[in-house]
Amino acid sequence: MSPIPSTAAAARIRPAATPPELLRNFCIIAHIDHGKSTLADRMLQLTGVVDARAMRAQYLDRMDIERERGITIKSQAVRMPWEKDGTPYALNMIDTPGHVDFTYEVSRSLAACEGAVLLVDAAQGIEAQTLANLYLALENDLAIIPVLNKIDLPAAQPEKYAEELARLIGGQPEDCLRVSGKTGEGVRELLDRIVEQVPHPEGDAAAPARAMIFDSVYDTYRGVVTYVRVVDGHLDPRERIAMMSTRATHELLEIGVISPEPVPTKGLGVGEVGYLITGVKDVRQSKVGDTVTNAARPASESLGEYRDPKPMVFSGLYPLDGTDYPNLRDALDKLKLNDAALHYEPETSVALGFGFRVGFLGLLHLEIVRERLEREFDLELISTAPNVEYDVTMEDRTEIRVTNPSEFPGGKIREVREPVVTSTVLAPSEFVGTIMELCQSRRGELLGMDYLSEDRVELRYRLPLAEIVFDFFDALKSRTRGYASLDYEPAGEQAADLVKVDILLQGEQVDAFSAIVHKDKAYAYGVAMASKLRELIPRQQFEVPIQAAIGSRVIARETIRAMRKDVLAKCYGGDITRKRKLLEKQKEGKKRMKTIGRVDVPQEAFIAALSSEAAPSTAKDKDAKRK
Amino acid sequence: MSPALPDGDPAPEDGALPASAAVGAEDRRFGVYLHVPFCTVRCGYCDFNTYTSAELGGGASQVAYARTAVDEIRLAAQVLHDAGLPSRTVSTVFVGGGTPTVLPVADLGTMLGAVRDGWGLAEGAEVTTEANPDSVDARSLLALAEAGYTRVSFGMQSAVPHVLATLDRTHDPKRIPEVVRWARDAGLRVSLDLIYGTPGESVDDWRRSLDAALATGVDHVSAYALVVEPGTRMGAQVRRGELPMPDEDDQATKYELADSAFEAAGLHWYEVSNWARGPQDVSRHNLAYWRGDDWWGVGPGAHSHVGGARWWNVKHPRAYADRLAAGRSPAAGREVLDEDTRTMERVLLRVRLAEGLAVDELSTTARRRVAELVADGLVDPVAALGGAGARRLVLTLRGRLLADAVVRTLVA
Repeated sequence: MSPIPSTAAAARIRPAATPPELLRNFCIIAHIDHGKSTLADRMLQLTGVVDARAMRAQYLDRMDIERERGITIKSQAVRMPWEKDGTPYALNMIDTPGHVDFTYEVSRSLAACEGAVLLVDAAQGIEAQTLANLYLALENDLAIIPVLNKIDLPAAQPEKYAEELARLIGGQPEDCLRVSGKTGEGVRELLDRIVEQVPHPEGDAAAPARAMIFDSVYDTYRGVVTYVRVVDGHLDPRERIAMMSTRATHELLEIGVISPEPVPTKGLGVGEVGYLITGVKDVRQSKVGDTVTNAARPASESLGEYRDPKPMVFSGLYPLDGTDYPNLRDALDKLKLNDAALHYEPETSVALGFGFRVGFLGLLHLEIVRERLEREFDLELISTAPNVEYDVTMEDRTEIRVTNPSEFPGGKIREVREPVVTSTVLAPSEFVGTIMELCQSRRGELLGMDYLSEDRVELRYRLPLAEIVFDFFDALKSRTRGYASLDYEPAGEQAADLVKVDILLQGEQVDAFSAIVHKDKAYAYGVAMASKLRELIPRQQFEVPIQAAIGSRVIARETIRAMRKDVLAKCYGGDITRKRKLLEKQKEGKKRMKTIGRVDVPQEAFIAALSSEAAPSTAKDKDAKRK
Repeated sequence: MSPALPDGDPAPEDGALPASAAVGAEDRRFGVYLHVPFCTVRCGYCDFNTYTSAELGGGASQVAYARTAVDEIRLAAQVLHDAGLPSRTVSTVFVGGGTPTVLPVADLGTMLGAVRDGWGLAEGAEVTTEANPDSVDARSLLALAEAGYTRVSFGMQSAVPHVLATLDRTHDPKRIPEVVRWARDAGLRVSLDLIYGTPGESVDDWRRSLDAALATGVDHVSAYALVVEPGTRMGAQVRRGELPMPDEDDQATKYELADSAFEAAGLHWYEVSNWARGPQDVSRHNLAYWRGDDWWGVGPGAHSHVGGARWWNVKHPRAYADRLAAGRSPAAGREVLDEDTRTMERVLLRVRLAEGLAVDELSTTARRRVAELVADGLVDPVAALGGAGARRLVLTLRGRLLADAVVRTLVA
């Protein structure tokens, strides 16, 4: 007997008319690369939702960038039929973003489910971000189904990691399902297990409708598509709905389920998961976490407190070519339609020209936005080193909020406060020493340490967010040969002894290189930056001093020696055309230089100096002839 | 002569010049450059348009070369006449290569004769040929003088055996004083070419070369920093790490050393890489390039310039010969310079000269930059202020070493 319900059985699980007892809402919690999308692909095939012909890898990841990087940025919800013991069920799989930057989105997706598949790579074990999401799922009282994936890999160690999972969530190692998303092994059992172990949704069908928004996506053709989970009542096509946070009302133009393409339905009832289209054009009008209710008969209480996403990391984005500034603005305006967390305002930099100070949820968010701007809008960008937001209180009690280091005030400062996070690092125990060393050097405070298994450790640290956004993750990866994983969440703020270090080229401050650092690290930062720039900036016709300074106090100095020779020795009759064409090319090239005072700085030098991981590998260019 | 031909417009089949080429021609001198694209050995650093007989697959074209060049000279006389240029005698002739002296003196005489037939030589015309020290002797130098040559430029390059070896030069450095003496005895003016910054050359090596050159009592020297060109054997050796890339600071030091040694010996710079004892000792042919005069370049890959029209011939000797045999112009491409481009070229060429560039000729923007260049010690303050009459932009020693940067500042 096929587990795909027959036509007669399917009638019992029609959208808008499925009894909650036949519904199962679940999500998959997994780390990047642990095979979530591949497993989802197998489920789509096995439940007959997508036939083999229409199948493509990572079916649910719609953006190119999601497919390429193997990450999910936007959630998806797919309705899949499944039959067990003669009863048809509708399984709603809610695909969640799996990254620390999108914790709030993750928490909303989890809140839309009753169960979670905890998917762990059988060759790697659980990672910090998965652990963080697991804790979130446990907080939401979700039924957890532990699954080890990639058991087909020769390096798989299912016994070891089953034990680790059992220790984390309770239960026996044998309870842990073993599957291979690649071969499909164990996926059928997993679907059965979901029916058995995930509780069915419960709600009051007679009450005013309450549906939680767990994602909101802008579509060029249809406007904003809102993904909801109905808790109570019923939403019908053509009725007016209301957003409980803003009281704004909208006409429901379309309502339906995804299976796996959108299918309009006669509405959505208790426990159901689907989508709404109201014709709004901006995801800010349909915010993740908000509650949708009937406009005519609104519910009195929302499903939970709605939270606006708060930017944590800031960076200046500048077009490489200044004439692209209006295009960058248009591109940001467009991305914003689909990204409620994106904040930006125009800013001007002496060194980089016109651009925007952009606020992000975190580093991945920054990277994704930057990449989308470059790829989808064909822009070439320089981004300044990411920084956090500081609250500065002056002696006269005036308060200044600083999101751009160059705006850090001079004068008498009473106190500077910076955001802190609690972070979790998971790593093989052999690296405990080196991780502790790293965290201490980044002003971390140890909160606790636990062994997940004999040879895997969880370390919890309180750290300034600024230290993490600098290059913490790279440092952690390189010190642990890539084995450590990191997760963090905001944990308030703290006062700290912070100063602004400025970089001066020939006495002129280069605003893009200013940084706010702890007093004890100012010297090291200044020395490192000055010597990096000495490598990156080509020699000029004159000597160029590079200084790092706190206020008027110089803390480090380097000198770019003057160029001594820049002349082509031979210039006879047959050389003139070539020489002139070279000169014309150099004139063009100069347009791609930024001039600070009289110093020509190539764009590449800015990019390399601003990216924290860049070794001065472009130093060779310094000696490359400019002829 | 540069390896690759530039991109340009196609040249007309018959080589006809635009009408603009004739404008103001009576105020410009006219010179002829004769290219000889043959060498016995191809040096590792050389990217000139030259071929060994092995590379050409037989020496036939070398034997016939003078006749082919004569064909182009005849065509040139016709084209200039047709373009409405006034008939001008030739002020300077320069035979370069390659190694012109791999051809029999008789061939060099034949080519010069064709120039004489085409336009006539001006009174006191300068007729130079390049020569390898080991491809001439007292007799051949005398024969050159008798054929009408007035000047010879020897490729000395260095006096130090290991440096010569790195450069693939085959001559014995001891031969230099001899060939200089023979040339002078024949009544020829003499110039020596030197190269500095060869991989492995020490500062002392360079000093020895300078001393050896000056010891001959020569009246003209050209000294060039070695440039490692991609596509040469030396370029590949540097890329593979077998030879170090010449260091520009080292080359700067050697340039300064050369300038002071030449000055001390009474030779003064008149162009960035050229020094002469007195005004009568300069290369008038080369000066004509830097002053923007007219010249016709004969031979494969040769460039010509007449009144803002510049063109270049097909590069390969065989293609060159085929074109001429078919009665067609050997020009491969050309460009007709507009006023802005001519101004830019004027700046980039004249800046290299000790006589400098009239400040009044510069654009307003460029004039404003002069003070900055003076402040940076690149331009002579007295000349720029008009100390000697008209204000002129003349490079200082440091300015000569940064001449390209000065040009960029002026035309930016």
